Amino acid sequence: MTMQPNRLAVGGRIDRGTTFSIRFNDRDIVAHPGDTLASALLANGVKIVGRSFKYHRPRGVFSAGVEEPNALVQLREGARTEPNSRATTVEAYPGLVARSQSGWPSVDTDLGAIVGAFARFMPAGFYYKTFIGPFRNTRWWMFCEHFIRRAAGTGIAPAAPDPDTYEKVNAFCDVLVVGAGPAGLSAALAAARAGARVILAEQDRDLGGSLLDQTVGDTWLRATVDEVASLPNVRILTRTTTFGAFDGDVYGLVERAWDHVDVPPPHQPRQRYWVVRARSAVMATGAIERPLVFGGNDLPGVMSASALRAYLNRYGVLCGRKIVLFTANDSVYATAGELARAGAAVTIVDMRSDLPEELRSRTAAAKVDVLAGFAVVNTHGGKAVTAVTVAAVSGREGGTKGPVRRIDCDVVGVSGGFTPTLHLWSQRGRKPRFDTDKLAFLPDGSIPTLVCAGACAGADTITDAVSSGFAAGAKAAAAADFVGDAGALAPPKLADDGWQRGAMLISAVRAPDGEIPAKSFFDLQHDVKSTDIELAHREGYVSVEHLKRYTTNGMATDQGKTSNVNALARLAELRGSPIPAVGTTTFRPPYTPVAFGAIVGHEIGRHFRPTRLSPIHGWHAARGAAFIDAGSWSRPRYYPVSPGEDVQAGYIREARHVRAAVGLVDVSPLGKIAVQGPDAAEFLDRVYTNMFSTLKVGRLRYGVMLRDDGFVFDDGTTARLSETEFFMSTTTVNAGKVMARLEFLLQTAWSDLKVQVTSVSDQWATIAVAGPKSRTLLQATCGAADLSAQALPNMAFACAAIDGVPVRIHRMSYSGELAFEVYIPARYGHSAWAELMRVGEPFGVAPYGTEAMGALRIEKGHVAGGELDGRTTLKDLALERFASTKKSFAGCVLRKRPVLEDPTRPSLVGLMTIDKTVSIKAGSLLFPATGDIAGHGDGHVTSTTFSPTLGGHIALGLLARGPARLGETIRCVDFLGGTTVNCVVTAPCFVDPEGVRQNA
Amino acid sequence: MTHYSALSLVAKAFSGHRSWSRAWRDPVPKPAYDIVIVGGGGHGLATAYYLAKEHGLRNVAVIEKGWLGGGNTGRNTTIVRSNYMMPGNTMFYERSLRLWEQLSQDLNFNQMVSQRGQFNLCHSPASLDAARRRGNVMRANGIDAELFSREEVMRRLPYLDYSDDARFPIIGSLFQPRAGTVRHDAVAWGYARGADALGVDIIQQCEVTGFILERGAVVGVETSKGPIRAKKVGTAVSGHTGYLAAKVGLRLPLETHVLQAFVTEPLRPMIDSVISYAAAHFYISQSDKGDLVLGGDLDGYNTYAQRGGLPLVEHTFASAKALIPSISRLRLMRQWGGVMDMTMDGSPIICKSPVDGFYINGGWCYGGFKATPASGYCFAWTLAKDEPHPDNAEFTLDRFRNGYQIDEKGMGPTPNAH
Repeated sequence: MTMQPNRLAVGGRIDRGTTFSIRFNDRDIVAHPGDTLASALLANGVKIVGRSFKYHRPRGVFSAGVEEPNALVQLREGARTEPNSRATTVEAYPGLVARSQSGWPSVDTDLGAIVGAFARFMPAGFYYKTFIGPFRNTRWWMFCEHFIRRAAGTGIAPAAPDPDTYEKVNAFCDVLVVGAGPAGLSAALAAARAGARVILAEQDRDLGGSLLDQTVGDTWLRATVDEVASLPNVRILTRTTTFGAFDGDVYGLVERAWDHVDVPPPHQPRQRYWVVRARSAVMATGAIERPLVFGGNDLPGVMSASALRAYLNRYGVLCGRKIVLFTANDSVYATAGELARAGAAVTIVDMRSDLPEELRSRTAAAKVDVLAGFAVVNTHGGKAVTAVTVAAVSGREGGTKGPVRRIDCDVVGVSGGFTPTLHLWSQRGRKPRFDTDKLAFLPDGSIPTLVCAGACAGADTITDAVSSGFAAGAKAAAAADFVGDAGALAPPKLADDGWQRGAMLISAVRAPDGEIPAKSFFDLQHDVKSTDIELAHREGYVSVEHLKRYTTNGMATDQGKTSNVNALARLAELRGSPIPAVGTTTFRPPYTPVAFGAIVGHEIGRHFRPTRLSPIHGWHAARGAAFIDAGSWSRPRYYPVSPGEDVQAGYIREARHVRAAVGLVDVSPLGKIAVQGPDAAEFLDRVYTNMFSTLKVGRLRYGVMLRDDGFVFDDGTTARLSETEFFMSTTTVNAGKVMARLEFLLQTAWSDLKVQVTSVSDQWATIAVAGPKSRTLLQATCGAADLSAQALPNMAFACAAIDGVPVRIHRMSYSGELAFEVYIPARYGHSAWAELMRVGEPFGVAPYGTEAMGALRIEKGHVAGGELDGRTTLKDLALERFASTKKSFAGCVLRKRPVLEDPTRPSLVGLMTIDKTVSIKAGSLLFPATGDIAGHGDGHVTSTTFSPTLGGHIALGLLARGPARLGETIRCVDFLGGTTVNCVVTAPCFVDPEGVRQNA
Repeated sequence: MTHYSALSLVAKAFSGHRSWSRAWRDPVPKPAYDIVIVGGGGHGLATAYYLAKEHGLRNVAVIEKGWLGGGNTGRNTTIVRSNYMMPGNTMFYERSLRLWEQLSQDLNFNQMVSQRGQFNLCHSPASLDAARRRGNVMRANGIDAELFSREEVMRRLPYLDYSDDARFPIIGSLFQPRAGTVRHDAVAWGYARGADALGVDIIQQCEVTGFILERGAVVGVETSKGPIRAKKVGTAVSGHTGYLAAKVGLRLPLETHVLQAFVTEPLRPMIDSVISYAAAHFYISQSDKGDLVLGGDLDGYNTYAQRGGLPLVEHTFASAKALIPSISRLRLMRQWGGVMDMTMDGSPIICKSPVDGFYINGGWCYGGFKATPASGYCFAWTLAKDEPHPDNAEFTLDRFRNGYQIDEKGMGPTPNAH
């Protein structure tokens, strides 16, 4: 035990029988199961754990919980390292490695502390007043900022991807109980006894809350926990923080399932994210002890009084031998007795002068000195506290008077009262109310499905916490319609002083000279001092939110859990207003920081978003296709014939082949929608700009849809299968949007139409067969059907079979060649493709990818994504002929707005490079042959390709007054690439404008 | 007004910083002003500042229902850039960026204008083409822009996921070197201090409850501190523009939506630039304090509540980890929501309204913060001269009637899609 100077021989909830070693700053530290990193460090006598953010002042462990402002460490190493971990909540495990996050060369001797000498030049917000630089247009600030950024920050992010896994659970319950202290346990019991399905979530490893820090009450705790655990309708989640409360009674929880080991066991997640939808909830989140602010209150050794009790009773650690407890409430008296019994010399410095006799006699019996009516004014010591100066309380709040006394000590425990943990309540959009009796912010009003209980609702004794928790559990169960008899629950028998009686709230202690000592810290992590708050007030930053932002008080990783109330009490004092008038800042999720990985779960890497694959994907992969992402789809871009063939060579070869022989392209990703019902034709007349009611059964028609604002939305080909059934195709990218829009129109605008729309995109595989030999190939594949030009003219369909599987053959062309689209039930798509390839071998059939498909459509002047960019009209795209004048259709009114009818709008043209060897970049701007190149130009290039047919580079573009400029030479300027290419303006269709080939 | 400089800071240090004066006064409202601006965020304060500075109009009040900068000025992800390609937008945002570049000097208040550059990552040949068009428009208008190859992005941002496991491969990036971040709170405070020094009254904790109308014209506002008359009233109340306009009988083509933002615990320098991940509508940067600042998409439902839900938290974090796998173990420190006016084309409205005496500055969608200086500059011009500045000439209400849509994304008339 010599290695653990502060560890007691008995007591605590640790397993002394097992000893292991952990590493802190390259030093071996002895620990036991049940320890936290902080308790092990304290047991081993480690005083300085970190350095403060701004002045590099030495800081030790302050608390024993989530509110820890000081003891932040870099936990673990390598890919599993994580910054800013609170030593007070990190469970010790064999092999744990942690480091202080600041301090050079070491945390004990930090040369950065020289900054402290310049503290007077670095008041709150000094950076707003400086670094502006003497001259304009310099990078002076960025020069300074470089050093500021390097000095700021705390921990170090891992450099490698996270090797651990995480998972997500959606859960439902009748009553969610947040916190398993006396109030939460009682609430869970009452709700469960009433019959509700309960989830009890506790951030700690163990159930019990504040009872774990005490020596009495164990019998009650064990009995209550046993009963709660025995009920089949209760799910207990430990190590689980309820980090956020959201509208609709949704709660976000993170369970640190295997965070207490170095590497989780195989197939186990490090953390588990729970989304809990609760019919009602009980918030039993307790309260956090508030520090007192006095000179040098940041020295290592100054700790929260309740933390001293937790380390003593839970971890068997006596943090000091000569302890001063500084308080203004009753809560430390029990602690004082326990510390004295454990062997410490204890002096209570209580700011209240008229102490109850009962307290005095108890302290006398426990051999605890009490200085009533005194305050700690200052601490002494370099790197740890060695003594305090105390003075008698006088007059105004926080004031003292001489003479001062010095008391030697090695630990100062402070308790300025308690701050109820209202985060979840506040996150629901409610403002807390300052209660002048309890001297704390408490929940105001009520949320029917969120009941507050215990210390967070102002119960300051365990007896009250149990009764309020039990009542809250019953109330929450009733809110979820469970009104069964919950019976009763007796509170534990223990001496319980609470923290309310006679308490006082002071912002900061003043020295006898009336001043608040310079090194009185409000926010320990951000080094916010009283002078900072005074300066903010002086300069008019008097709203609590301005104070927070100007001084950064409460903006550290602890989010002001210990600093907020004292700072706003100081602000209230300066403003001469009561605390309720000053208010408090809004609590935001998360209650404590939450790891990204936990929330993300399995949606990582490839699985970030689903990848959609065609039914024929396997064939493409086996053929060695080069794939490309197209929206959520992975599609063959081209099929390299040799490993070295690049995409340029590949698509030119494939496109040539289609024009010369026959090719297959997988167009299964096209959107497909079945439109059925007696009013289907009428419906299509309304959604398409052109007429569909006149379409004959067995025929296809190209259609264009507009948005309500008159711009082109989508296009596709629709077949009429019967009088009452149409088969619509959409572009791949808009498949979901078109479906949503059709549903929207049917459900809102035209609910009288008898039409049903069904997405059948995934039900069909689609193969486009294109090229002069396409009919021959198809005829050979589906022998029985008559696919002759007479039987199956362009824009008609026929039913046939491939290998006995019924298919539908649409005769239509995107490439400009004689072409067909074959629709095959999805599960037979692969075999149909294989059959076409097999049968087509003598005809030289070859697959082609999206790149060749794009080249062919550009040659043919068909519009696609580059042109359908959501900003183009029918006229812009030379599609005006598809606008029926005989009927109205969605978008027909707004498309007539003057700007959309402006004849100078950029419209679709073809572009051909004058020098056939140079290519054009899509996204180049168009300018006339002469004149300045500036501004927005006359338009831009939308799609480009090398045209195998023309043997040169061509493009589609949108050019102002385009159709009137055919033959004009214009410049395509790519500023980014530094190129200007002269082009001739042509009609958009480069190949076979009469359509001889596709109508063959 | 005390001049801010390193010298004044040092000088005042020796008297314990006790002689600093208020950054802006806390005046009692006068019964009447020439111009009242409703909304004490960046836009309203900038408007007042430029009214006084550029147009000599100093009998001006800014009325704020809460605290200065408490709306979206204090809730955004602090990004500034001028990579807009639509006529009407391009030069407006470039004016804004040029004003940002001078703002610390203009206001004698360090705005921490940090031109760290912004990457707009491209994931498909089509997105690269779209980026090229955008970049070319920028360059043609004298705005800096570069198009990086995948290799260049890898060199500059080595911590992104370039593995075969990445769902959306990074094939290149548009980059604007002059883009970056600005300290958002300082914007409100700096403009407030600047406007106040020129005589503008800044009145906090004063809610506008209605408008004083005479013969159909707005001649003042009703407030929680009593009526205040004004020859002209301008609104700059992000998220509540439609709500206020309704009080003068105007129904605006706006929807109010919530957008969340997030910060992590502070870290040593990790991300040096602003990175936008187009595949998922996600953006991230690192503040001077070390926090990673990130944001995603709208929650998608209409609300005035400044808080969002978990689905967008999940979306944003999944985007973060997909882009930067090593971010997994870092922790979210705080999240919050801001409510924004979303217009039908994603671009703002700065104009004289159909109601005499009533001027509108709103509809900022996601993009209000970067626009702050130009918004104030142009709105002040519009208020002072009763006609738009050339840079806000297209930001009219009328454009929705005549079809002059300024649709950067081509998403159409869907307010939650921009």
